[in-house]
Amino acid sequence: MDKTDEKLLEEIADLHGIPEGSFNIRKNGKLLARNSDTDVEIVSKKDKDGIDIIVKAGVKNKSVHIPVLLTVGDFHDTVYNDFFIGDGADVTIVAGCGIHNATCRDAEHDGVHTFYVGKNAKVRYVEKHVGTGGGTGKKKFDPVTKIYLKENACFILESTQLGGVTDTLRKTYATVGKNAQLLVKEKILTDGQDRAVTDFRVTLKGKGSRADIVSRSVARGESLQHFRSDMIGKNECFGHVECDGIVLGGGHIVSTPKIDAVSPEASLVHEAAVGKIAGEQLLKLMSLGLTEAEAEAAVIRGFLN
Amino acid sequence: MLELKNISYSVKDGQTGRVQDILKDVSLTFGDGTISVITGPNGSGKSTLIKILMGFERPTAGQVLFNGEDVTALSVTERARKGFTIAFQQPVRFKGITVKDLLELACGHTLGTDGMCECLSAVGLCARNYIDRAVDGTLSGGELKRIELAMAIAKGGEVFLLDEPEAGIDLWSFEDLVKVFEKLHDKTVIIVSHQQRILETADRIVLFDNDKLITAGRKEEMFSALAGPAPLCWRSVKEN
Repeated sequence: MDKTDEKLLEEIADLHGIPEGSFNIRKNGKLLARNSDTDVEIVSKKDKDGIDIIVKAGVKNKSVHIPVLLTVGDFHDTVYNDFFIGDGADVTIVAGCGIHNATCRDAEHDGVHTFYVGKNAKVRYVEKHVGTGGGTGKKKFDPVTKIYLKENACFILESTQLGGVTDTLRKTYATVGKNAQLLVKEKILTDGQDRAVTDFRVTLKGKGSRADIVSRSVARGESLQHFRSDMIGKNECFGHVECDGIVLGGGHIVSTPKIDAVSPEASLVHEAAVGKIAGEQLLKLMSLGLTEAEAEAAVIRGFLN
Repeated sequence: MLELKNISYSVKDGQTGRVQDILKDVSLTFGDGTISVITGPNGSGKSTLIKILMGFERPTAGQVLFNGEDVTALSVTERARKGFTIAFQQPVRFKGITVKDLLELACGHTLGTDGMCECLSAVGLCARNYIDRAVDGTLSGGELKRIELAMAIAKGGEVFLLDEPEAGIDLWSFEDLVKVFEKLHDKTVIIVSHQQRILETADRIVLFDNDKLITAGRKEEMFSALAGPAPLCWRSVKEN
């Protein structure tokens, strides 16, 4: 690993060098380092590029790091990772990806991740995408995350993209079983000519299932974001979708939340608010002695906190 | 000392184009170490005056002098740094910004637990329960109002502009509120209020009336004026 790798690892996964426990570090389409243990097994796929991550039933308080680094241009990396989470397991999976592209050719990483979460299991999935490097080539991510939750399972998805990524189309599809819950916190900051599209499709299938999707986004420069969500309630369930966006300069945010209560017992709510920073928020902070620019930065820092 | 010299403020109706005077040739002086309470009917320009003092609005005529310096053209930020501190009538909500964040932005440096306790306990809140809470719709109106005052305390300053500080605060907590004002006894404190218990804390009362000149005087002198017949504007509303 060189200094660029170390810096990216720190940004995407809070890692300072090689982590403890199970991990799989991928760089420029190849395996850089791996550790697999009996509780969390990591196995290469035989039919395509990717890994299977198998978390044994009942395993508690374990973390798995599977960061991906891309430091060359003119490279399109697609990886298929499947996660099998045993019944009653409790695990944190950190799966950030950093692209450092100093060239004029595009660099793209597409992680296709599928989670099979067993009964009573709990997963916290942390995904941070970062783009660096001064090249004119794109830094692009098109991740696909599929989540299948069995009875009483809980999946927390924390997705963060705070600058540097020029293009992204993030698809998240989930099927939520009986008394299971899906909690999503998404934070996106775009600038310049960046384009970011997020697409959620959640089916609340089981009785007592729940989903809560909260997206906070800031679009600066001439950037464009589109938030799409489609939540379907097929049983007695509760679903909530919230999309809050702040636009600055020539930024543009489109929000199209859709809810479909197929079952009359389903209770689904969506909220969306897009606009400039409220003038009264800036005035309040300026009355504390901040300049207008400092006040704007403080509002955004809190909003994306 | 804070002086207003011949302040006027008028707005133009977007539809009719008619110019309406909100404040007309107002001259007032607010001394150091004095608590002044501005009172009067709705729409008489009390909150507008506070906004002009803080720099949110520019007067259409007149001057604001602070310790002899003309601050009329100064921005909100510049006034805040000179020692002007305001507590809003309607506190602003922020998504994601915590009580701790706002108190630290107010005082300009990191605040330890003791510092936060000092600011929050002064307004009857326990720091432990509030510092990590977001200043958003999850807090009640009364809680937001108390936090607004805690921010003013954390910031400090020389001139305190408190716009209806009692609004949303339960009657049983008025004594705490009065203690906050007492702590500011060596500052220039200007409070907009309609509450008699707040008026009683004043050294000086300024009475706004839509149809009359603004009058100001010592509390004792002004109480007799307040006990008189209802202001003309209130009578005309009832008669119409």
